Amino acid sequence: MAVKLMQGNEAIAKGAVAAGCRFYAGYPITPSTEVAEVLSRELPKVGGKFIQMEDEIASMAAIIGARVGGLKSMTATSGPGFSLMQENIGYAAMTEVPCVIVNVQRLGPSTGQPTAASQGDVMQARWGTHGDHPIIVLSPISVRHSFDLTIKAFDFSEKYRTPVILLTDEIIGHMREPVELPDFKTVKIFEHSVTEKPADYKAYRNGPGDVPPMAAFGTGYRYHITGLFHDEVGFPTQRLDEIDPWLERVNTKLTNHMDEIALYEEDYEDGAKVALLSYGCSARTARHAMKLARAQGQKVDLLSLFTIWPFPEKQVEALGDKVDRIVVPEMNRGQLALEVERIVGRKKVRRVGLANGEMVTPQMVLEKMGG
Amino acid sequence: MTTPRAGTGTTTKMADRTEVRLAGEGGQGMILAGIILAEAAIHDGRNAVQTQSYGPEARGGASKAEVVISSGEIDHPEVLEADVVITLSQAAFQKFSGSFGPDGRLIAADKEESEKASGSIKPGGWLIVDEEKVDSSAAPKNVRLIRLPITKMAVETTGKGITANTVALGVLVGLTDVVSREAIEKAVTARAPKGTEDMNRKALQAGFDAAERVKAKK
Repeated sequence: MAVKLMQGNEAIAKGAVAAGCRFYAGYPITPSTEVAEVLSRELPKVGGKFIQMEDEIASMAAIIGARVGGLKSMTATSGPGFSLMQENIGYAAMTEVPCVIVNVQRLGPSTGQPTAASQGDVMQARWGTHGDHPIIVLSPISVRHSFDLTIKAFDFSEKYRTPVILLTDEIIGHMREPVELPDFKTVKIFEHSVTEKPADYKAYRNGPGDVPPMAAFGTGYRYHITGLFHDEVGFPTQRLDEIDPWLERVNTKLTNHMDEIALYEEDYEDGAKVALLSYGCSARTARHAMKLARAQGQKVDLLSLFTIWPFPEKQVEALGDKVDRIVVPEMNRGQLALEVERIVGRKKVRRVGLANGEMVTPQMVLEKMGG
Repeated sequence: MTTPRAGTGTTTKMADRTEVRLAGEGGQGMILAGIILAEAAIHDGRNAVQTQSYGPEARGGASKAEVVISSGEIDHPEVLEADVVITLSQAAFQKFSGSFGPDGRLIAADKEESEKASGSIKPGGWLIVDEEKVDSSAAPKNVRLIRLPITKMAVETTGKGITANTVALGVLVGLTDVVSREAIEKAVTARAPKGTEDMNRKALQAGFDAAERVKAKK
């Protein structure tokens, strides 16, 4: 494919097709609508289905149902729609149905400002639905990265049987950059293979391994699906000897695999005592500030997080051991900074939060870096 | 270390970084013009990032596209201190020319204050306005102000006001050379709806010609 000027949201749609997504259900909302627009054209060409639903609650339900029926599925939304999806995101986590939810963040709360950028849904993406549950949240920093992380989102959702949130923002979603996409045929993602006979199959067996293979409905494998706590074949249970192993397996199935799930980029210098830590559009600003500081002879480290949940504790702890100060620019009033503070201590962290729709500027970051 | 400050030359900008802001009323096609400019930069073999900002309205309001052009990596994707600003409407001028604060108060006269404006223009940078649509008496004094009847030129050249964005691109490129003329012509033609290629080529040429007349006068 040739180099083409492409929008972040378009790259997400292309990444979904490349990853084998064949079902999209959604309700259009600024600034995510381009994802739906592109998929409404592209999915029918590859035998996929596009449905515009009546709302985001139904959209989320539809993509869960589609995946149970065997199709890789996705939806895309923004703030108000993401709030409506929370109940069914919890259902997907409880029933361990893979699915990808794109949230192109806009300024909130409530209707907020539809066309203004934000990174205000960091905590909602982790804790928006009730109860302890695992979830993966990825955050891209460029148009090409939006394509690549969408594929990763599908890969992780399948491999770990979990909803994955692609948490992008209005800046990255609407930004256009020159990109050259790979041949979609070269894209490989995890595929479930069920080796048991249908009679022996347990969709929720608690070991060996922490992720049981998933069989699609209609392929001869029978199991029950419920949002209630369930036994290994999916029927409701109140027995602690059935609930406890499930809780343990499901709440560690991601953290046990952080070596694979934690995606990040380190740009470190020997002797640096100040670091910048960021994600999404603000990671671009952080990199800009890093280059300016280095051009002036200041040593500075940069940690860009692409996986933000589960929080990459190991990498942040190591950075905290290396430097005296970590500056965290983000387009909110300090959300991911709370996690950094939890790991390295409040005294080492300087927040640069802006929650009015404007990007943090390199100058604001430099001022917090200090001398 | 001394902290670099925005608005004092290019200290928070990278070398080899050209920043262009194109603004107008929603519907005037200035975001499309930004996309075309970014595509032209790619034809020139350079890197470009285009971002945009617009209100909730489909028509009206003030919208802008920003294009950052460089031969290297572009990190912060938005304009920090514009090399070129072109505005086709009064609302866009007020919002994006660096002349007014967020409260609408005129601040261009005060240098310190004007450096705080989100839309600040580099000293010596270009501010191009449609003279029939924009009262530019409040323009910053330290920029090269160019006043041309861009929309009127579009109507006279093609009979259609909607080609004003293409004329604007011709003026912008003709004056500032942020991309090559060959590249912008290729990019405009590629984006023109089928059957309107010639019309858009003429509109672009009208912009080039106007730029030449401005240069000849100086």
